[in-house]
Amino acid sequence: MKKTVDKKNKEIALVGNPNTGKTTIFNALTGLRHSTANYPGVTVEKKTGSMRLPGGEDISVLDLPGAYSLLPRSLDEEVVHDVLLGIRGDTPPPDLVLVVLDAGNLERNLYLATQVLETGIPVILVLNMWDMARQKGVEVDLQKLEKRTGVPCVTTVGMEREGIAKLQQAIALTLADPAEGSGRFSVEPFLPGLLKTELDKIVVLIEGRLKNRPQAAFGEALRILSDRSFRSPFFGDMKTGDLLRVEALSVRASLKQNGIDWTSVEPECRYAAVDHLCEEVIRRMPQKTVPFSEKLDRILTHRVWGLVAFVGVMGIIFQSIFSWAKIPMDLLSRIIEKLGDFAQALLPAGPLESLVVDGIIAGVGNVVVFLPQIFLLFFFIALFEDTGYMARAVFVLDKLMKKVGLNGKAFLPLLSSFACTVPGILATRTIEDRNDRLATILVAPLMSCSARLPVYTLLIAAFIPAVPVFHVFHLQGLTLLGLYLLSIGTGLGVASLFRKTFLKGNRMPFVFELPPYRIPHLKTVFGTMWDRAKEFITRAGSIIFLLSILLWFCVSYPKSPSAEARFVAERQQATATLSGEALQARLGEIEHSKKDLQIRSSYAGSLGKIIEPAIRPLGFNWEIGIGIVASFAARELLISTLAIVHHVQTEGEGMTAGLVAALQKDRSPETGKLSYTPLVALSLMVFYVLACQCFSTFAIVKRETGSWGWMFFMIFYMTALAWSASFIVFQGGRLLGFE
Amino acid sequence: MPEIKRTLDQLKAGESGVVLGYEGEEDLHYRLKELGLVKGTSVLVKRLAPLGDPMEIILRGYSLSIRKQDAAKILVRKNEETL
Repeated sequence: MKKTVDKKNKEIALVGNPNTGKTTIFNALTGLRHSTANYPGVTVEKKTGSMRLPGGEDISVLDLPGAYSLLPRSLDEEVVHDVLLGIRGDTPPPDLVLVVLDAGNLERNLYLATQVLETGIPVILVLNMWDMARQKGVEVDLQKLEKRTGVPCVTTVGMEREGIAKLQQAIALTLADPAEGSGRFSVEPFLPGLLKTELDKIVVLIEGRLKNRPQAAFGEALRILSDRSFRSPFFGDMKTGDLLRVEALSVRASLKQNGIDWTSVEPECRYAAVDHLCEEVIRRMPQKTVPFSEKLDRILTHRVWGLVAFVGVMGIIFQSIFSWAKIPMDLLSRIIEKLGDFAQALLPAGPLESLVVDGIIAGVGNVVVFLPQIFLLFFFIALFEDTGYMARAVFVLDKLMKKVGLNGKAFLPLLSSFACTVPGILATRTIEDRNDRLATILVAPLMSCSARLPVYTLLIAAFIPAVPVFHVFHLQGLTLLGLYLLSIGTGLGVASLFRKTFLKGNRMPFVFELPPYRIPHLKTVFGTMWDRAKEFITRAGSIIFLLSILLWFCVSYPKSPSAEARFVAERQQATATLSGEALQARLGEIEHSKKDLQIRSSYAGSLGKIIEPAIRPLGFNWEIGIGIVASFAARELLISTLAIVHHVQTEGEGMTAGLVAALQKDRSPETGKLSYTPLVALSLMVFYVLACQCFSTFAIVKRETGSWGWMFFMIFYMTALAWSASFIVFQGGRLLGFE
Repeated sequence: MPEIKRTLDQLKAGESGVVLGYEGEEDLHYRLKELGLVKGTSVLVKRLAPLGDPMEIILRGYSLSIRKQDAAKILVRKNEETL
């Protein structure tokens, strides 16, 4: 590391609107040499890589998040703004910026490009998706564009790597001679004369802060003028912040007096400048045939067929997560089980064996088992994003989601949460508006994830009679359906409540682009899928793994030496007095009493006892309490915990049947009544639907909201909700005469 | 002929118009302006979503989905002869 300090690599950054293929250009330039992290303090992805120039020099490449404007409205845009202006301590401004433009949509894309040109950083304009633009009948006079903007312009087709070599040469040239990339373009001639003189009052206040790039002060002053919410970081400046605010208000007042609308002066003048430029450089050929994209849209956004297609597509995703993923998932869990057996045979019995088998291997297993679902889910998401269908799905569904205060982009994260909350919450990153996104994150854990399913299945099998209802339906099936409806209903209800109270209002109007459809590029699709899955494995996986070990410790310790000694004595006695099958049976019994005593005297057991008074009113005994504690590593652990405390053979196919029988028979030692009744089971299932018993979810909420506060709020509201609902079910049921 | 001012959400699928300005002053409008919906811009309502909202509009050569509630803030002059 020390060597690189004195000879720092030059750095270039990619900037562009969303949907310009910026990431494909980044990948084409850097190959596989890239890594992702977060910008310190914010949940914005920082993607960096490196490339070698034709001359042999290595430079680093930074892929900045997508942005529509340098007046930041989302965290993503804030990062772009701060990096380009050189006011982010952790990321110095780049030596060169590649502004990636959708060549078929230059007008809007040039809005941001002209803002970047005004910062004074050397720029290359990359006109990407050049092939699609030609298909659309858009022709661009490149020489004129270069002449008017003063910077090199390169056309590319990122996916085909077309134009990348030319781009690399342009980068090398411009880095060698930065004057090549300094633009001539300014919006200034299009501003009203009065504004130019008024703006100087703001420029002098911020110039000092922009030591490296005094040219950038003009554009920033224009944004400060229009920034109704005073979001520019310059307003937070200790010395000049207040002065700046006063000055901005006075400039606004003076413009208003002269009949200039300060709220639209920047966009209006900038678009006037862009239009002027486009008139010279763009020619649109009239199109003879209806484009393919339009034909497809006539079906996919049709009043009837659009809905049918949507339901069909979501059906395929759902089917794949729950049914296709099941085969590899079962296979994986069997492999992990075998691995456990293997380790058990290899290691001497004792704490080390227990740590490896029940802690490490089981912990890794909890992560790995979800991978097939996660890969499939991310594959479909990447596929729909790449083809352009995703925007149509949002378009079709927005009205329904709006009814509960969310937007169309919340649908996919919530659907993903039925598989696992963690990727669901990761998928909320596409929601730009802060309040929309927070509300979606906070209700995602209410969607009944697949880890809850084994719990429902067991309890339904044990306590819900298999009787037909109205001859067609089945009471067991209806119960399961009811649980899912409870999860969806509560989730949407809670979202609506949050959006009407403390997450009221929006920072942004809900608008999004409907890009033309295109044939998916499999390399991009798999690349995106892999990047996201890798994030799940490294970030969420490591947390799940560590917590699994912590939980193993809580379930296995403290050990009681006297009890251990007693079991050793019992085993010796059994071996001495019995033989054959009787011996095996006795040894099995002893093993189970040992496990039972162990879990009861462990930290988890004590915790189960401690929370017993709190869960009594819900109909739960302390054995269930232990199960609830164990569920925090993985909810399905409720089952194995109940199996251990009820002395059921925990291995093999017979476990569920054995546990069902044991639960149906178990009686409370104090009252002699049955401990588990259908009412208790119902109360327990409702509790599992609504409670947030998942450490990984806590961790991901903390990370994605960037705040402990929201995490604790989520835990609190979900626990309160689960407790109240179970209380109503159990106590209400008793009042109605059920046991 | 007197011009009737209307808002963008009142245009039907296939109708087009020119942006005249905004109703009220809201921070939210700024993003719409940055996306190109400024005074003098031509817009065409391409279609409505299957459930009637949002609407797909075409401006400056690209397609944008916008909710009717936001479109209701945009004043337009409707073009009489629709294409």
